[in-house]
This record gives sequence, C-alpha cells and structure tokens, in this order.
Amino acid sequence: MAGTKNHDYHILPTDPWPLIGAMSAVTMTSGGVVAMHPDAFGSFGPMGKYMFLLGALGLVLTFFSWFSNIVREAHAGDHTPVVQLHLRYGMILFIASEVMFFVGWFWSWFDFSLFPSQLAEVVGGQFPPKGIEAVMDPFDLPLLNTLILLCSGTTVTWAHHSLIHGDREGLKKGLWLTIALGALFSCIQAYEYAHAPFGFGGNTYSSAFYMATGFHGAHVLIGTIFLIVCLIRTYKGHFTPRQHFGFEAAAWYWHFVDVVWLFLFVVVYIWGGWGAPIH
Amino acid sequence: MATTADTFQAHAEPHDHDHDHDHKPAFFARWFMSTNHKDIGTMYLIFAIFAGVIGGAISGIMRLELAEPGIQYLQWWANFLGGKEATFDEALHLWNVLITAHGLIMVFFLVMPAVIGGFGNWFVPLMIGAPDMAFPRMNNISFWLTVAGFISLMASSLVPGGTGQGAGVGWTVYAPLSTYGSQGPAMDFAIFSLHLAGAGSILGAINFITTIFNMRAPGMTLHKMPLFVWSVLVTAFLLLLALPVLAAAITMLLTDRNFGTTFFDPAGGGDPVLYQHLFWFFGHPEVYIMILPAFGIISQIIATFSKKPVFGYLGMAYAMVAIGVVGFIVWAHHMYTTGLSVDTKMYFTAATMVIAVPTGVKIFSWIATMWGGSLEFKSPMVWAIGFIFLFTVGGVTGVVLANGGVDDNLHDTYYVVAHFHYVLSLGAVTALFAGFYYWFPKMSGRMHSEFLSHLQFWVFFVGVNLIFFPMHFLGLQGMPRRYPDYTAAYAHWNEVATFGYQIMAVSVGLFFLNVIYAFTMGRKAEGNYWGEGATTLEWTLSSPPPFHQYETLPVIEDKGHH
Repeated sequence: MAGTKNHDYHILPTDPWPLIGAMSAVTMTSGGVVAMHPDAFGSFGPMGKYMFLLGALGLVLTFFSWFSNIVREAHAGDHTPVVQLHLRYGMILFIASEVMFFVGWFWSWFDFSLFPSQLAEVVGGQFPPKGIEAVMDPFDLPLLNTLILLCSGTTVTWAHHSLIHGDREGLKKGLWLTIALGALFSCIQAYEYAHAPFGFGGNTYSSAFYMATGFHGAHVLIGTIFLIVCLIRTYKGHFTPRQHFGFEAAAWYWHFVDVVWLFLFVVVYIWGGWGAPIH
Repeated sequence: MATTADTFQAHAEPHDHDHDHDHKPAFFARWFMSTNHKDIGTMYLIFAIFAGVIGGAISGIMRLELAEPGIQYLQWWANFLGGKEATFDEALHLWNVLITAHGLIMVFFLVMPAVIGGFGNWFVPLMIGAPDMAFPRMNNISFWLTVAGFISLMASSLVPGGTGQGAGVGWTVYAPLSTYGSQGPAMDFAIFSLHLAGAGSILGAINFITTIFNMRAPGMTLHKMPLFVWSVLVTAFLLLLALPVLAAAITMLLTDRNFGTTFFDPAGGGDPVLYQHLFWFFGHPEVYIMILPAFGIISQIIATFSKKPVFGYLGMAYAMVAIGVVGFIVWAHHMYTTGLSVDTKMYFTAATMVIAVPTGVKIFSWIATMWGGSLEFKSPMVWAIGFIFLFTVGGVTGVVLANGGVDDNLHDTYYVVAHFHYVLSLGAVTALFAGFYYWFPKMSGRMHSEFLSHLQFWVFFVGVNLIFFPMHFLGLQGMPRRYPDYTAAYAHWNEVATFGYQIMAVSVGLFFLNVIYAFTMGRKAEGNYWGEGATTLEWTLSSPPPFHQYETLPVIEDKGHH
C-alpha cells in the first residue's frame, strides 16, 4: 500500500495559503472594528483602516495564489473526472449557500413591506415609508439593467457554446460582451445610487434597499472579475472543449447573480415601490 | 506561459506524483499548512478541548457566584479582569459577558469543532473508504477560520462594550441590546467572530457533502453508509443552508450599529423581532447541527458493543433527514413570548411536537439494537447508554416547552436552561466523551485506561445531574435565567447545583489524567481493539492509520444487509 496511489482522487501537498488567508481575514475584520471605533483604541485608532487594508491585501493575495494553484494543478492533470465532479459539487453548494444569504435580505424586505411600522414617524404605517418622498421608476434604469443582465446571460451562453465547438474567436467575443455588459450594469447601478431620491439608512426602505441591491452589486463585481479571469485564461490558451470547469463555474455564478437581480427587480423595484411618487 | 489548448489531453495516462505518500511533512508544514484530514481533525479536537476548558471555567465562575444569594465574587472578578476598581454596573456587565462567552464558546468553539471538525474529519473519510476529504486545502482554511473567529471573540473581551468591557448580550445577540444597547467595539468583534467561524463552517459543509456524495468506496451505496456518515451529511446540509441566514442577520446588526441602517431600530420603522426570526431560523437548525453528529456517534457505539447491526438502519438514517428538514420550520418556538398570534403559536407548537416522532424512532431503535444483543459494557458503551438516558430527559422537557401556552410561563426561566443543557452538555458532550473513548486509541495508537473512563463516567454522570436536574425545580419556581443574584427562596437548589459543578470538574480532571495515562503508559492499540462488533471500515486499518490510507480503494461486497 505504501507510497503508490491507485485512485483518481487529488492528494495535495502542504500549503501555506489557508493559514495566511484565515489570519488575513481576522486582520481585516479587526482593522474594520478599529476603523469604526477609532476613539476606543487611543493612538492606535487611526491605524484601523491600514490594518483593514493589510488584511484585505492578504486575502487578495490568498485568492490569487489559491486559484493560480488550482489552475496549475488542472494543467498538471490532477483534475481527473472525479475531481472535476468534486469541483462541480463544490460550486453548486457554494451558490446554494449564497442563495440562503440573500434569503435573509429578502426576508427583511418582506417584513418591512408587508408589516410597515405604525409607530415610527418616518414610516407611518405605509410602504414605501412616509419618509421616502420618491422612489426610482422601476421601468426606467432598473428595467434597462434587467435587460442588460438578461442579455449578458445570453452572451455568456454564446461564449460557452463557442468553447464547446472549438470556436476560440466566438469564445473571446462572447466573454468580452458579457464583461462589458456586466461593467455597464455596475456603472448604471453606481449612477442610480448617486442620483437616488433617498439617502442610505434612516428608515427601513432605504436600509433594506441599499443593503440588498448593494450585496447584489458586490456579487456582480465578483462575477465580473471571475469572467475577466476566464477571458485572460482564454487568451493564454486555457480551456478545451472537453475540460473548462473554470469557465463553467463563472457562468453558473453569473446566472445566479442574474436570477437574484430578477427577484430584486420584481420584489424591490416594482412591488416594493408600488404606489409611491416616482422620481 | 507555454500552456496550449490541448494541454489537458496529455494527461490521460496516470500522472506520477513527485511526493511520497507515506512521508510525513516536517513539523511546521505538517501542523500549520496541513492538507491531511486526520491531522486537521486532530487540530480541531485539540482546539475544541482548549476552548471547552475556557468555556467550562467561565461556567465555574458563574456557578460559584450563584452558590448563594447576593453578589459574592463578581465585583472581585470585575476588578481583577479590568485591572482597576470596577463600578457595580461594570460588575453586572461582566455577568452578561460571562454568559455570552460561555454560550458562544461552547456552541461554536467546543461542540461544533469537536463533532464535525474533529470526529467528522477523522472518520467520515475512513468510514466511507476515502483517502482524504474532497477539498483538502479548503479543509485547512475551515479550521484556521475557526481559530480566527476565536481570536476575534477573545479580542472582544479586552475592549469596551458599553457598560463595561466585553460583549454582554447573550449568545443570541438580540437587538436592540446588541445595537444601541452595546456601544463600543466589543460587540463588533463578537459579530465578526461569528462571521469568521461561520464562513469556516460553510466551507466545511461544502467539503463534507462533496466528500460523502463523491468519494464513497466502490460498492458503498448511500444505504450502506455508516450512520455517523449519514449524520454528518444531514448536519452539513443544515450548516450550508442555515449559517448564511445568520450571516445576513449579523451583517444587519453591524450596519445598524455603525452605518445608520434601521433594520432593528424601531425609530426608523425597524423590527427587533425580525432579528429574532432571522437568528432562530439559523439557531434552531444549529441545535440539530450540534446533536445530529452525536446521534451518529451513539449509533456506531451501540451497534459495536451489542455485536449487532443497528436496529432499523433505514429508519435511523431517514429519521435524521426528517429531523433536519422539520428543524427548518419550527424556529419560532424560541419566540413564544414576543407577541406571536395564537394561530402562529399553535402552528409552531404542533410542528415542534412532530420532531418528537423521528427522535423517538432513534431512541427506541437504539434500545432495540441492544435488545437481545451480546452486550459488552466497555467505556464508550457506558457513555452511550448514559447519553440515551440524559438526552431522553432533555427531549421530554423539550416536549413540555414546545407548548406555546406552557412556555409563556417557563420562557427564560431555569427550566429552559435545564432543558437545553440536558440535550447539549449532558447529550452532545456525553456523546463527545463516548466518541472520544471509542476512537481515541484509533487516532493515537494508544489505549486509554478503561478503569479511569468508567470512573470518569460515573463522576460526570452524578455531577452533571446534580448541576442541572435541580434547575427544573428552580425554573418551575420562576427563577429567571441570566441574573447573577436571586431571592433566598432559590438558595437551596442553587447550592446543590454548584456542588454538582465541583463534582463535574473532578470528572474533567479524570479525563485529562486518562489522556496522560494513555500517552505515557497506555498499551499500543491494535487495528480493531473492540473486536467483532466493530465492523465499519476504520477498523480494517492500523491504529493510528497510515498518513495516507486506502491508496488502493477498499471494495464493499454486497451481503444483502446493512
């Protein structure tokens, strides 16, 4: 039995990044706490944001090295069919946990909209609350953003089909378009935030609105980075018609982000703003 | 980079790895950069014992304070820990910090790392015939994120948290006490502690589900999996689906505290009860996360020492699935006194009672496994039988508390404290000791002392019952939980409980003595030191198993029964 591996599983050498990643994470969160309460830490108070950035940098390095290693191992042939199946399960389960994360934010939205507070003056028993003078027109920029994301869902599928059929140029075009549409979505979202008729926080509507759409926006950015990595890998000649799980994972993630947006569009923008004056 | 599109095709033939599989890495690499499920499991167990000692010491401080009416030692502890003369309010705040730390440590840093991270990591791959976990590197960051969470929780005790140092809000972290009731950075450290430990647990859950679905040895169908593996599978799904909701809830706390949102602030229309809904949507599955792996351990032990396959194997497996599913729709039975409508309380009462059915299936199947079996009362078996008795007591009081009407009176009394300590510290922790004595020689290669483990069981059994059984009486008399002081009417049973704590503390001493005995004088353990009753795959290996086991996968024959 000793020393010879007669199975297709991936036995890994030791690796420093899990430890570095976890310690970077706690450095980042602790720096965040110091930055949020600088007075409680005396002369160390102003250092909080640097500590936060140091931790964030460590996390970025960890992600970069970790995923570089995975790509390297894929090219070294470590990703046998069963290991590829592991990666698929892992990604699906990760997305499932992300879905549950958004359940929490939608839960708060439904609580506030179905049972608006009678006691708080800024709410006054109605939703959107009294304190919200106007909401965004859902059939203006939000509708455009919906179309952009749906369109990007088709372009990423175009890229996928091109990849499967060995059409590298189609793959590049599809990916470029998807990334451009994702970036356009983020720009419009940023414009919308900057011109929103209500500020951040202060009442239930603007709290839940910004946190729910903001976390979605963060996921769009992560998905866009994921797709950019795939594009770079395409130019480096990675991915074959038979084996391209990195691409598929990015596409799955992108579709997940898309579906969350559809729920946000219907529940937050259309239904949640119903009856309020439109900005 | 020289890679081209057809690189992948070059690897159809077996790849020759340059590292030797039986060669253990050097000390630092082995323990700080590990990708080995057994080493990571060992680290989880050592960490859990370390955290458990701290959490247990905190409960010791609390039990001493509660030994008699009035404030005894709290002021002294507040002065000592604060390094200066503390005000009375600061001393009272320390009490809140102690109950918070005790709860969070025991739940997130003792029971979860021990049953899932420790025993799960060690024995899921061994029992399904897998060489390691599906994602060995991610396995390691799960562990280190748990450590990171613990560091953050410890940091919270050192900084201001409102009335005094540390986060004093209870393990449930209810708003508004955790928002504008706890000014200062301590609460934020505690919130991030849960974020970090939670992220580690979610990654661990992904790892376990993938491992169990994809890495079972040839011939091991889902319906042939040992029940411990089933229990970890169900647990992992609960972790995966419940923890992200907690992450959302505590993120709302964080933004309410620091960035002006009003999720839980009534002044902005927010709803403190929403926090309780989100928390318990996580929190109720969480209590099953702690107990299901314990069920799995007990099933293995009862079958081994009855020299029989477990009675009603499929019923046992699907009872756990049922507990997991129903566990997601009973959360508001923790919230009967928040003003829920009577209809809502009726639903949650009925749904909660339903859980007693699959739980009853498990209790009766364990008894039926022993019935007519060739029983051998080795130490793990004694602990397992103790578990069945103690857990049943906790289960029965759970049915009492499930009634919305009854709970109106018992909510937040010591009756509730008695109930959940019977299922957790007398249930889950008893199962931890059972699992420890069952598998310790397999993990270490050294036999523990059977005499010391039996002795520890009886001392522990007497001690914990003396601590917690009187709490039923105190709760029925109306003694509220989470206070450092009480009227003289409650003095007697509190004195008994504190006496029980001292006996329990002796049993923990016996545990460490036993570990020292094993490592210094313990016999070398054979591969299968429990004999013919131990039939799962880990007993086919040496004790301890080789650094990388199953380099040729075992094949499970179809014998037509489980």
